[in-house]
Amino acid sequence: MKAISRVEGRAYPVGLKNIDTDVIIPAVWLKTISRAGLGKGAFESLRAVPGNVFDDPEYAGAPILIAGDNFGCGSSREHAAWAMADLGISAVIAPSFSDIFSGNAFKNGLLAIVLPQAAIDRLMEVARTDEIHIDLETQTVTTPFQDRFEFEIDPFRKHCLINGVDEIGLTLKSSDAISVYEAKLSANRPWLAPNPV
Amino acid sequence: MSTPQTLYEKIWNAHVVEQRDDGTCLIFIDRHLVHEVTSPQAFEGLRAAGRRVRRPDLTLAVPDHNLPTTARLDSHGQPIPIADPESAQQLEALERNAPEFGIKYIHASDAKQGIVHVVGPEQGFSLPGTTIVCGDSHTACHGGLGALAFGIGTSEVEHVLATQTLQLTRSKSMEVRVEGELRAGVSAKDVVLHITGVLGAAGGSGHVIEYTGSVIRALSVEGRLTISNMAIEHGARAGLVAPDDTTFAYIKGRPMAPSGADWDAAVAYWRTLATDPGATYDKVVSIDAADIAPSVTWGTSPEDVLPITGIVPDPSSFADPSKQEAARKSLEYMGLTPGTRMTDIEVQNIFIGSCTNSRIEDLRAAAEILKGRKKAANVKWAIVVPGSGLVKQQAEDEGLDRIFTDAGFEWREPGCSACLGMNPDKVPAGERCASTSNRNFVGRQGPGARTHLVSPAMAAAAAVAGKLTDVRAFAN
Ligand code: SF4
Repeated sequence: MKAISRVEGRAYPVGLKNIDTDVIIPAVWLKTISRAGLGKGAFESLRAVPGNVFDDPEYAGAPILIAGDNFGCGSSREHAAWAMADLGISAVIAPSFSDIFSGNAFKNGLLAIVLPQAAIDRLMEVARTDEIHIDLETQTVTTPFQDRFEFEIDPFRKHCLINGVDEIGLTLKSSDAISVYEAKLSANRPWLAPNPV
Repeated sequence: MSTPQTLYEKIWNAHVVEQRDDGTCLIFIDRHLVHEVTSPQAFEGLRAAGRRVRRPDLTLAVPDHNLPTTARLDSHGQPIPIADPESAQQLEALERNAPEFGIKYIHASDAKQGIVHVVGPEQGFSLPGTTIVCGDSHTACHGGLGALAFGIGTSEVEHVLATQTLQLTRSKSMEVRVEGELRAGVSAKDVVLHITGVLGAAGGSGHVIEYTGSVIRALSVEGRLTISNMAIEHGARAGLVAPDDTTFAYIKGRPMAPSGADWDAAVAYWRTLATDPGATYDKVVSIDAADIAPSVTWGTSPEDVLPITGIVPDPSSFADPSKQEAARKSLEYMGLTPGTRMTDIEVQNIFIGSCTNSRIEDLRAAAEILKGRKKAANVKWAIVVPGSGLVKQQAEDEGLDRIFTDAGFEWREPGCSACLGMNPDKVPAGERCASTSNRNFVGRQGPGARTHLVSPAMAAAAAVAGKLTDVRAFAN
């Protein structure tokens, strides 16, 4: 995983609540067997609306997206995180995220930052004209107008993001503990080995 | 005496391999279901890193999402190739990856093939007290058996394949208690739609929900699977129903379920899983069964639920300004005007299927309504897609297929079908569908498609009436 500690630039002011992963990347795009190239299908239904922010040259290549509550709800498709990354987005700021999406985002080095609605309202305003800065080290979102919002992040996730840690590699270091657990399991709950069919 | 625990805590605690200082736990995964859409990149990742699958014996692969539901074999018993090259490529990837990594694979033309969440319980692969994951958000479904089951993304699929564990933090717990007796014409689907309406699409966020109360206890396992299936639609990480004798009777004798002495030991353990008296949940929501009517959605979020006797709401009637805005957008997309009676909304398409409602009881409930009746002339497309080949066989043995085809329905091969606009089964733009699936999102059933979520009986009734209609008028 690529290490990430700062994101700065323009932000797509989307603002909507309950943006589901079908909106982020519709199912027809899921036939791919690779991770790349999904940016083309990202936010297809929103982009079908004339004057949408994604096709507005003002925001071209913006690395940040600002949204409403419950961002990334719905289908567990990780393609949503891949599509956003492919579009050049490195961070999403919203009042809340679906659990699955924030996990997927994290695993792809995409920051999912939770801020209260009042901060979102302010950032939506700033995003229309100016850049936004995110600093993972200090856990802050700032604007050129002296706005400063602090966000929470799980310390483990923060560590992995800043150092670009491969989670599977990390877990494999616990292989022995997993083997011990498995041995206990076959002794205590032997029925868990499925009957062969 | 030890502190009273909830069902969720018991399952969680039994699966902790390691706990880190920050509270994150390495959780052992007992069952991993794999399908063609969310797995290719995971296998690719394993290959690139030179990693193997740690526990192929705990992993089961079956194609469902992308597979067309038209005939799979020609008149000579030869496989019919999939027309769409990208879909074919995705299926081939799974057919290659499963044997390469030593995973059991149910072939597309096998009678056991079906939707992952139908196949798991049906085969006895999904068991109470286990942790179950799959790269599909409706994995919550298996919670109906008392398993801690949840959807994961592709990186996590890869993580489980490589390590048989996940790094997780404990969720909060919520009890949704449904007491009383269901009114006539009200099914498990109506119960879960109603719950989603009450909680909201994000109401269960950060929580694992245990569904309790006399209504849940009285439901069959199939009904409980329907309820837990949609836990994700009210934002929960997972849904749970405590296993009981109904559960054990359902599992007994299934091909991959424990047998002999193992069975007795398993049941003895499963009986210990119920939430202890005195255990506390972080949140409790009570629902009176008498408040639940046959339900239907009007908007583009599963929380947009109304009783079938309701009228399309006025966006300005919502207190929350962002909900007003969302409602306005929903109504525009859905082509609906506030004040319209739900029963005046015409539908052109009917979809009976998906992991929410494609088991045998669902098909029986729909057939019950359709018996001796025909779909209305304005209904252009009506399909029934059984959840698995075994459900299909049983329905045919009971003569249900004839009832459906006589009523003007197409009788299809198992798969996800029109639940998601991915395979060829799509609802045309601008048209409406009364659908037994779980999501009414913008574009979910195809670009521009307008979805009304309903129960199987309500979908059947809508087919006959040509519009959304109250199934209670069809009572025989
Ligand atoms: S039927 Fe629908 S919800 Fe269920 S697994 Fe398939 S796509 Fe997902």
